[in-house]
Amino acid sequence: MGGVIFCKNLTVSFGGRAVLDRFSLNIPDTGITALSGPSGCGKTTLLRVLAGLEKPQSGAVEGVTPRETAILFQDDRLLPWRTVEQHLTDVLPRDRRDRVPELLALAELEGEEGARPGALSGGMGRRLALARCLALDARLYLLDEPFAGVDLPRALRILERLRGLAAPVLLVSHEAAVLEHADRVVRLEGPPLRVL
Amino acid sequence: MLYALPAPAFWLGVWQLCAFLVDRRLEGKGNELLLPYPLSVWNALTVLAGTGEFWATIFSSLGRIAIGLACGLLLGAGLAVLTCASPWADRLLSPAIRVVRAAPVASFILLVLLWTGRNTVPAVISAMMVLPVTWDNLSRGIQAVDRKLLELANCYRFSRRKTAALIYLPALRPYILTALTTATGLAWKSGVAAEVLCLPEPSLGQRIYYTKYYLDIPELFAWTAVTVALSMVLERLLRACLTRWGRGWAA
Repeated sequence: MGGVIFCKNLTVSFGGRAVLDRFSLNIPDTGITALSGPSGCGKTTLLRVLAGLEKPQSGAVEGVTPRETAILFQDDRLLPWRTVEQHLTDVLPRDRRDRVPELLALAELEGEEGARPGALSGGMGRRLALARCLALDARLYLLDEPFAGVDLPRALRILERLRGLAAPVLLVSHEAAVLEHADRVVRLEGPPLRVL
Repeated sequence: MLYALPAPAFWLGVWQLCAFLVDRRLEGKGNELLLPYPLSVWNALTVLAGTGEFWATIFSSLGRIAIGLACGLLLGAGLAVLTCASPWADRLLSPAIRVVRAAPVASFILLVLLWTGRNTVPAVISAMMVLPVTWDNLSRGIQAVDRKLLELANCYRFSRRKTAALIYLPALRPYILTALTTATGLAWKSGVAAEVLCLPEPSLGQRIYYTKYYLDIPELFAWTAVTVALSMVLERLLRACLTRWGRGWAA
């Protein structure tokens, strides 16, 4: 595939309203690609198509399968009855649980291993959701607003650490500083979604 | 412990007062036939508790009703999973379960008595009464599980076992507790009613039936108190087990 993930002529409609209309995009399979655009333009739908959560009415994704992606949802989706550490061990394979300290360090959650989501701030919850997503072994990480509620200096530090991942990152952000630090930015508008 | 005293003490006082009023109206004659004093019931209870037959009766009924309760809970839970997982199963089974819930328990007791032996009836009737309550509560619980968490489980490659343990069971906990509380009371009520009609030996229902036969009202009250106490003890025991078991995943 020449190291590129292809979205080819994707069409997704909800109730007769096209959110993606023969949308095409090539995503390099290295580094951090940021998607930027107004709320409701279809960015989340694009991530959900790549994760296999929305089936396009037409078009295809080539270069990666849904099972090879890991998605960070727009909402944290934490389990109120599980601790921070358990959120990570629930996702990690048994023989990879030694990655917990590394993931906690990446999300700057050291010392919070025993806390439950109810005891975390909004930003901490977001970072936990991010760490849990990164605990998955994936060929493409899809991060929907990973730094919502996270203070900017911390968000930029975490963003730098994401460069160390073996797989490319496709993230959605509205934060100008985050976009500046991405390897490439795709500016979008819609619906239906289109590249500016 | 002290905070639990006033309400029972109040109702004991009401009972004593009512028994006294009945006593006055009947001028001390036949009071024990209508509403005995609490002390008379206590005396009857202590006399009963001193006999081996009393304990044999209790354990015999407890065994039957516990088996019925366990079967009803397991079947109700299984059917809830089935009807929530398959619309076809839901269309087929839901009306039947609703019929069981609405039908008079006396009809079932007589039917089951005709189909099986009298010793089996209380357990079968308890299970039949517990099943719809368990099914109803757990079905509502399963339907109320956060779809977003299930989507997460699917995306994050949770096995079915892990999804059940990490998402379904914790989310169902309040529904399980409600089902357990209601079901335990129902199992005792219906099970003892079945014993009264079928007279398995020995049983609480049989003893209650004989109190009517001999017009021994203090003993009727004593056996009723024993039934209520057993129901409450069993319910607390099950709740404690559930809490202990769920400590790993409970909120």
